[in-house]
Amino acid sequence: MALERIAMYRYDALDQRLVDERVAQFRDQTRRFLAGELADDDFKPLRLQNGLYIQRHGPMLRVAIPYGLLSSRQLRQLAAIARRYDRGYGHFTTRQNLQFNHPRLEDVPDILAELAKVEMHAIQTSGNCIRNVTTDHFAGVAPDEIVDPRALAEIMRQWSTFHPEFAFLPRKFKIAFAGAREDRAATLLHDIGFHAVRSEAGETGLKVIVGGGMGRTPIVGPVIREFLPWREMLTYTEAILRVYNRYGRRDNLYKARIKILVKALGPAEFTRQVEDEWAHLRDSQSTIPEAELARVTAHFGDPAYEALPDAEPAFDEALADNRAFSKWVERNVHGHKRAGYTAVTLSLKKTGVPPGDASADQMDTVAGLADRFSFGELRVTHEQNLVLADVRKRDLFTLWQAARQAGLASPTVGLLADIVCCPGGDFCALANAKSIPVAQAIQERFDDLDWLHDIGELDLNISGCMNSCGHHHVGHIGILGVDKHGTEWYQVSIGGRQGHEAAVGEVIGPSFSAGEVPDVIERLVDTYVVLRREGERFVDTVHRLGLAPFKAAVYGNREVAHA
Amino acid sequence: MPERLIRAGRVQADDFTTFDPPEGADLATVPLPAGPLIVPFALWAVRRDALLARDAPVGVRLEPTDDPAGLAQDLSRLAVVAIRFPKFTDGRGYSTAWLLRRRLGFAGEVRAVGDVKRDQLFYLARSGFDAFLLADGQDARAALASLSDFSAAYQAAADARPPRFRTAALLTGPAIIHG
Repeated sequence: MALERIAMYRYDALDQRLVDERVAQFRDQTRRFLAGELADDDFKPLRLQNGLYIQRHGPMLRVAIPYGLLSSRQLRQLAAIARRYDRGYGHFTTRQNLQFNHPRLEDVPDILAELAKVEMHAIQTSGNCIRNVTTDHFAGVAPDEIVDPRALAEIMRQWSTFHPEFAFLPRKFKIAFAGAREDRAATLLHDIGFHAVRSEAGETGLKVIVGGGMGRTPIVGPVIREFLPWREMLTYTEAILRVYNRYGRRDNLYKARIKILVKALGPAEFTRQVEDEWAHLRDSQSTIPEAELARVTAHFGDPAYEALPDAEPAFDEALADNRAFSKWVERNVHGHKRAGYTAVTLSLKKTGVPPGDASADQMDTVAGLADRFSFGELRVTHEQNLVLADVRKRDLFTLWQAARQAGLASPTVGLLADIVCCPGGDFCALANAKSIPVAQAIQERFDDLDWLHDIGELDLNISGCMNSCGHHHVGHIGILGVDKHGTEWYQVSIGGRQGHEAAVGEVIGPSFSAGEVPDVIERLVDTYVVLRREGERFVDTVHRLGLAPFKAAVYGNREVAHA
Repeated sequence: MPERLIRAGRVQADDFTTFDPPEGADLATVPLPAGPLIVPFALWAVRRDALLARDAPVGVRLEPTDDPAGLAQDLSRLAVVAIRFPKFTDGRGYSTAWLLRRRLGFAGEVRAVGDVKRDQLFYLARSGFDAFLLADGQDARAALASLSDFSAAYQAAADARPPRFRTAALLTGPAIIHG
């Protein structure tokens, strides 16, 4: 395979130089810290802007995977790093990144140097700065795509990298892009969400949503501009960030996100301030030239697709003959813009393994599968799975067998067992409660595939604290770990959802102990199964009937033991 | 006391005195010291004419909440605008400097004061600062190196660099081929 033709952004000399200079800078900062020349408080923001947290069991390093796109070579390098510097695995996050849970601080500069060799880094994966940009994991191949957002996402990545004015914002700042009819990037729940759209005149532009988010104050973001010409993406973002940097709250960590500023001013006044600022910036040197979009877009050209028929008799035969295969196809294989091709989700949700975790061996296996079946490229989804985006239909059966052997073929994508989950109290210093054991207990309860398929689409999200890394607010069922007097409790909400009709779930009532959670989920699901109408998903039934029947099923007449 | 001022890319003696009126002083009448002075915006607002009538250069110090537009009419008379960082992680001063340079066209010295440390110098310089009064305990000579932490940049800021996509770098092809 001609890997140099891989459909992703490739560094030029300048991109590489900047990443190399970052490694050198951080190496010196780490040296000064270890030598006692740099105080803890001074080092902390520096290490965070290189993705390095000091966690419960030592450091955690978050590696950026810009808009979730990886080459097989990069994944092999991540596997090599996991073996050499960690305990042989990594954790894919809800922001399409990868975390190593046990690196040694003094090794981190070397790890960053290893990443730079394959055009990767950990720049701005944490800290109060512009974080890694995310997008639709089916970008470029989705049949419902209107505009491929990858080139704009890469231009945004470059602009936001080392932006000098916006490195010390009031709080973290996350930008997501979507470009399809379905919003698979949760753009309504980001600091900025961009929807790439086309005007009636056929011009490409962006719908701009600002001030959405999860956390302590979940908000579905308002649209502040229906159509922004793509050329002005950076000038408009600069205007938003300047208003936020100057006027966002800095007195209270929990009120510092841009959503609080938008809410306090009101979307109309916030928009007025942004537009006033933008009036000075539009049509300036930061307006993106046509040639730049063309240069970056060229990196994301189609791979060498074959002209294939859409019908594959051998595939149809396997579907009919093999029920396990057909279940997998039903859930894990997705439509593609090209006839005879599909996109495939490799599940990282095998029961007994923390959601999103992949061993180094699995990473190598996936890299091999990407080379063999998908032009050497893969994506990380914000549901913590991996996607091979360009698989021939005729290869699906062979791919399924290989994936199954590697424990990557749980046929549960979009179902209750496809749990989205943060690392939780087992790893994270911020967490109030463990999340992984709760996920596993639920997966064990719902281990019958027929039952899971009958329940149908159900997003179950677990966060170990209000920072909501597990995106529990938008889970059809959301579980939040809370701390009460030093013990771990779990608050359950229902009715959250992602996409164009994003909604924040509502808490059903008093929280539960970890041991009670599988029963609670079962009662919620049983209630849905009784009450559902034909074709209705769990979340649809919740929205039609409200919380009452679900609360009644869970709490009944029981005494509220712990409010 | 070691020199802590970096200006024009080197460590220099500070020829300005920062004058903070004593607590409780009446700003309208507090005596002004002689020589080059940097005064808080609050004092400037009350004593502008008196400060300009002195036979010495004058600068104004802005807090993070001070709007630089409040100096717009007087910028040509100011030798220095100092911007204070109460903590180096409070990034408002970066936007203040950007606005002074790019929106208001200030060509004099923009000085970072307060919690100013070595590892922020590159970003500060790109945002429009050209003088840095480092915090106590910082080694100014060692800190000089951080002004050149990076040899290039992607985006326009308040320094002379254009966005990368408006430079010849656009014309260079991929440098590395995945093996």
